[in-house]
Amino acid sequence: MKTFKKISRTLTFRLTLYFSFFLGVSLSLLALFFYWTSIGLLVRETDAALTAEINSLAEQYNERGLDRLANVIRFRIKQEGNRKTDMVYALANRNGRIVVGNLANWPKFVLDSNGRTEFSHKYQGKLTKTRARVFRLQAGVTLLVGRNIEQIEKLRNTFFSSVYGAIILTVLLAIISAVFLGRKMFARIESFTSVTTSIMEGKLDRRVGETGSLDEFDVLAVHLNSMLDRLENLVSGVRHVSDNIAHDMRTPLTRLRNKIESVARLSEGKIKTDLEECFAEADHILKMFSSLLRIARIESGSYGGSFEPIDLSVVAIDAIELYQGTAEEKDVVIVAEIDTIVACHGDRNLLFQLLANLIDNAVKYTEVGSSVSVVIKKHNEEIFIIVADDGPGVKEEDYQRMLDRFVRLDPSRSLSGSGLGLSLVKAVVELHNGTIAFSDNNPGLRVQIAFPPSTLR
Amino acid sequence: MKILVVEDDMETLEFVKKGFFEEGHSVDSSANGQEGLLMASTSDYDLIVLDRMLPGLDGLSVVRTLRANSSKVPILILSALSEVDQRVEGLEAGCDDYLIKPFAFSELKARCNILMKRPKVSVQITLLETASLKMDLVNRKVTRGETEIDLKPREFRLLEFLLRHAGEVVTRTMLLEHVWDYHFDPQTNVIDVHISRLRNKLDKDFSNQLLETVRGAGYRLSKD
Repeated sequence: MKTFKKISRTLTFRLTLYFSFFLGVSLSLLALFFYWTSIGLLVRETDAALTAEINSLAEQYNERGLDRLANVIRFRIKQEGNRKTDMVYALANRNGRIVVGNLANWPKFVLDSNGRTEFSHKYQGKLTKTRARVFRLQAGVTLLVGRNIEQIEKLRNTFFSSVYGAIILTVLLAIISAVFLGRKMFARIESFTSVTTSIMEGKLDRRVGETGSLDEFDVLAVHLNSMLDRLENLVSGVRHVSDNIAHDMRTPLTRLRNKIESVARLSEGKIKTDLEECFAEADHILKMFSSLLRIARIESGSYGGSFEPIDLSVVAIDAIELYQGTAEEKDVVIVAEIDTIVACHGDRNLLFQLLANLIDNAVKYTEVGSSVSVVIKKHNEEIFIIVADDGPGVKEEDYQRMLDRFVRLDPSRSLSGSGLGLSLVKAVVELHNGTIAFSDNNPGLRVQIAFPPSTLR
Repeated sequence: MKILVVEDDMETLEFVKKGFFEEGHSVDSSANGQEGLLMASTSDYDLIVLDRMLPGLDGLSVVRTLRANSSKVPILILSALSEVDQRVEGLEAGCDDYLIKPFAFSELKARCNILMKRPKVSVQITLLETASLKMDLVNRKVTRGETEIDLKPREFRLLEFLLRHAGEVVTRTMLLEHVWDYHFDPQTNVIDVHISRLRNKLDKDFSNQLLETVRGAGYRLSKD
């Protein structure tokens, strides 16, 4: 159903439906024309005959009166009986009773604007259809002259049922071909959207499949792919440059730090403490560089660590234990809810880093005297890490931005940190093919990380 | 102590030599792996500090050759190759410690001091002690003077590591690697909190402080 909805939104589907609609309209017009030239002709002939008969009877009535008319009609009916044609006559008085005629009862009918009507009645034991004209002679006296049109009616029925059949068939074919074409088109488009989605997720090495057929889509695919090649080159160039900067800056900065340290060793008093502050600051910058490089290495997959079977619950307990002291100093309780054994396949040190960063943030931003919750569980073949705090929380529009490098939402920057913690978390999550989601903990921030079944071992 | 430094980056070499010299060690140096191996095989050093990527012969080959000739000298590798598997490769080749470039001299000094004091023959130690502090590794009991100090398991391991290296500076990275057994970058001063809690337990009732913080380097447990 969902796929049908998707298909029904494709342009091809809609175009096919529009086309079928116009096809249906022209088919109907054609049918109308055929009707008018064939069955319509028969009906018009009948009408002409009826008019002629009425006129002749009216003449009789005008010249010789009602009795004469009744006689003429009786004569005609007798004649009819011999000739076995299908004329119907009825002369009714003001009470609606038939005075003269070959109709058993006065039929019920509705007249059209030309005084014509069609009705069904029993004739010689059979239900037949008659087309008639009704003529008012004088107050209360009405003359009906009709002709059996059973043959025309049969033709007409056949005609309409075949036209209806054709229209239903056309609509059905239209819908089937719309779905079929829509699906075909959708599959082609899908190959594009799946690639662009991956690109948006940062997997710049994905490419659209080229069929070699050189149709419009193939040409588009070739162009898109060469655009992506160029883009990937540029991006990796930029990344390379910024990583190189971080890498190349480390060595001179370390030398600077070491020089300051060796001078500090030889100095005394205020100068010594100032110099110590200097190299502590240099240490901080060096740490940021190394975090930056670490993130870059993890993202590019060249971080060199190794995946091994581990118990995530043990890693989580170690991380919580590490931060227990920090939390207690702030009178924060870490509430842990950890499944006994959560066996998974991952990098132990990086997962520890991930948990440490999340717990560090949660403890840092939660209110004094409140709590931080850490949940590790296996659910539906997925592994979940949930860390939530009771702090001021984060605005929803900042959720994605938070993962970017050097983004710190605390405007006063009163709390220590590099703005790289969550970037590192994101890199580790992606390395393990996981997903990260933020939500409101009412109050506070709730971070949920889910690892797919492939992480399970 | 006699130290050999093999390093082809002149600036690093000079700075390391100067640092060790100030510490009162005698330092020989070379900028070539082949020459370094020759020097290491012909004279007796207390420690070799070896760059991993060297002209002539690379650092790991120097280590392997020395170990193949059953040399027991402590070797510390300096390398810009920082990843875990590269460290593992280095340690498997037979070096005793692995320090990533760029490094702070205080970190190098702390690690070298520990390597040089490592007993040549390993013995099973059941008691660690300084002048006033005693740690019974069998019964897991710690006493300072007459007072018994109650420690949590992690605090016990932390103090054990500090006691094994009493009088020497240990860095935060060393503590994370040996006491917590994880390679990671703490975002905040999380180790300081553990140290100050341990210090609280050790020094609370005493006038002299045993556990001191060394600025820009790490911590030191005083021997007395």
